[in-house]
Amino acid sequence: MDMSAINPVLLLASLIVAATPLLLAAIGELVVEKSGVLNLGVEGMMITGAICGFAIAVNTGSPLLGLLAAAMGGAVLSLLFAILTQFALANQVASGLALTLFGLGISALLGQGFQGEKAPAFPKTDIPLLSDIPAVGHILFSHDIVVYLAFLLTLGVWLVLKYTRVGLILRAVGENHDAAHALGYKVVRIRVLAIMFGGACAGLGGAYISLIRVPQWTEGMTAGIGWIALALVVFASWKPWRVLLGACLFGGVNVLQLNLQAAGFAIPVEYLAMSPYLITILVLVIMSADRSSAPASLGRSFHASQ
Amino acid sequence: MIRLEKRPQPSQLWTYLTPVLAVLLTMIAGGALFAFLGKDPFEAIRTIFWDPLFSEFAFYYRPQLLVKGAPLVLIAIGLSLGFRAGIWNIGAEGQYIVGAICGAGVALALYPMEAFWLFPAMVIAGALGGMLWAMIPALLKVKFGTNEILVSLMLVYVAENLLASMAVGLLKNPEGFGFPGSRNLQQYPSAHNAELITGSGMHWGVVAALIAVIFAYVLLNRHMLGFHIRLTGEAPRAARFAGVRPARLILFCLGTSGALAGMAGLFEVSGPSGQIGIDFGSGYGFTAIIVAFLGRLHPVGILLAGGLMALTYIGGEIAQSNLGLPSSAIQLFQGMLLFFLLAVDVLTNFRIRLTNKAEVA
Repeated sequence: MDMSAINPVLLLASLIVAATPLLLAAIGELVVEKSGVLNLGVEGMMITGAICGFAIAVNTGSPLLGLLAAAMGGAVLSLLFAILTQFALANQVASGLALTLFGLGISALLGQGFQGEKAPAFPKTDIPLLSDIPAVGHILFSHDIVVYLAFLLTLGVWLVLKYTRVGLILRAVGENHDAAHALGYKVVRIRVLAIMFGGACAGLGGAYISLIRVPQWTEGMTAGIGWIALALVVFASWKPWRVLLGACLFGGVNVLQLNLQAAGFAIPVEYLAMSPYLITILVLVIMSADRSSAPASLGRSFHASQ
Repeated sequence: MIRLEKRPQPSQLWTYLTPVLAVLLTMIAGGALFAFLGKDPFEAIRTIFWDPLFSEFAFYYRPQLLVKGAPLVLIAIGLSLGFRAGIWNIGAEGQYIVGAICGAGVALALYPMEAFWLFPAMVIAGALGGMLWAMIPALLKVKFGTNEILVSLMLVYVAENLLASMAVGLLKNPEGFGFPGSRNLQQYPSAHNAELITGSGMHWGVVAALIAVIFAYVLLNRHMLGFHIRLTGEAPRAARFAGVRPARLILFCLGTSGALAGMAGLFEVSGPSGQIGIDFGSGYGFTAIIVAFLGRLHPVGILLAGGLMALTYIGGEIAQSNLGLPSSAIQLFQGMLLFFLLAVDVLTNFRIRLTNKAEVA
């Protein structure tokens, strides 16, 4: 075993890369859950985004178009969930599961011809001046544009939820949909929009994996990241900044275990590969003591007659 | 303008009709999908739903129906108990894998001893393994209020890695020339879950599935515990006043579903599959979720739904080899079924009214 093979600067830089898909999916799901909807289909939307983005990027040669297609793919799939839960008033847990199973199936079907293909390279965007800072510059300011976008999205979601009228309405719908309805807000419309935003974010997160992090297409390649993103929202007590913190933590665990695998650490590969899931469970146990910050209407169906 | 009006009580008629309607809608949408893939939709649907039962080669496919259906029914029966009470065990795939590892582990530890009690001991070990794996989310939920959905699902990934580690490590066949995978239990008479009647597909797993259906039916309709499960799902507040202890219910529902999934895994590994290998996990644990809902969480319904789902598996394989239909199309087909099922379920609880003009809601 050779610990010196692990370079801390590269490790931290790849931590950010590993954290980005998680951050994107989790911040989207945070908005959905803030509006009072529990969408368990994150994994399905991510994998659909991953293949939509990959297919379009390979066919057009433009990774940016791929990202756009991924966001749209995720949003369209989430619309199915929205129709089921908001109009047909189906159980949200079951509908989310259905979305994941459906997404895994449709992505496998769409991805048939793309096994083994290579995605067009994604350009790195060094931020001028800042990226020249030794070590820190390489870790934080020498990434692709999606990393910065994910960070700005977190900032944006935090600002909107905390300081704007739109954010207030969204939170009102999530805390008490009957009261929000009585005040004249369109509960269903707001929730559908939130669900689609979450779908687009999850799709982007998926495409980040298939276009930038791996960059290849394999069936079921998201391997539970969507579910970890769901756990992350609980971990973060529905607060955007803590989602960022959590994403970095999980990204770090994942990168560390991959590096330990590569360095030939004395623990067998399979047990190292378990660690992100085990740590997710551990974190869930620690955080589940505090349930006060969950939106009060989370997971409940709304119908104007009730 | 379409308006939904809540029914005072769920409609009895639609409760029975919705699964049929969902299957029909899935056939139509699936047919469109197959047509889009350039296959004759009528031939594809006939291949999936008709050929396994009535074609000239049906004598070969009919036994497969039992082999594929048994694990689905066994797992879905367990899941349905929890789903009825709002306890969501979606990690049956993990419990299935761990059950198989534990059960096969007993046999492989005692190899090559022949004893009449070996197979029963394996069944018990498999059930215990699955149960213990399901007890992790159950105990965490009872003790700390942790979300059982996420924990049970995370444990699927842990179980898959455990399986990979077992296949190349502890349970690897010492005479396997270095290939991953355990000894083949089909060649170990005491541990082999052989067909009870040759050529029928009937093995002990099928018997266990039928017993589970009867057991679940009696439990839900004739026993206080079953009444408590139904009550908790339908009226949680009333259940609390009636003295239902939620912790006991969580432990029972998750434990039972884990034990049944573990048994399903054991019957599979000692029979049709034969060995612990890296690709042992076959997705039965997830498909069983669809089976449970398609069967309306009712034991008899699940039996029928399990048969139907087994049919799509076998028909899908035939369509794959005869028509060149991709295997993922069948996966998508099964996913669609759950979608349509949830969508048409609105008819059970709501009346659809057509009004002439938009009203002020």
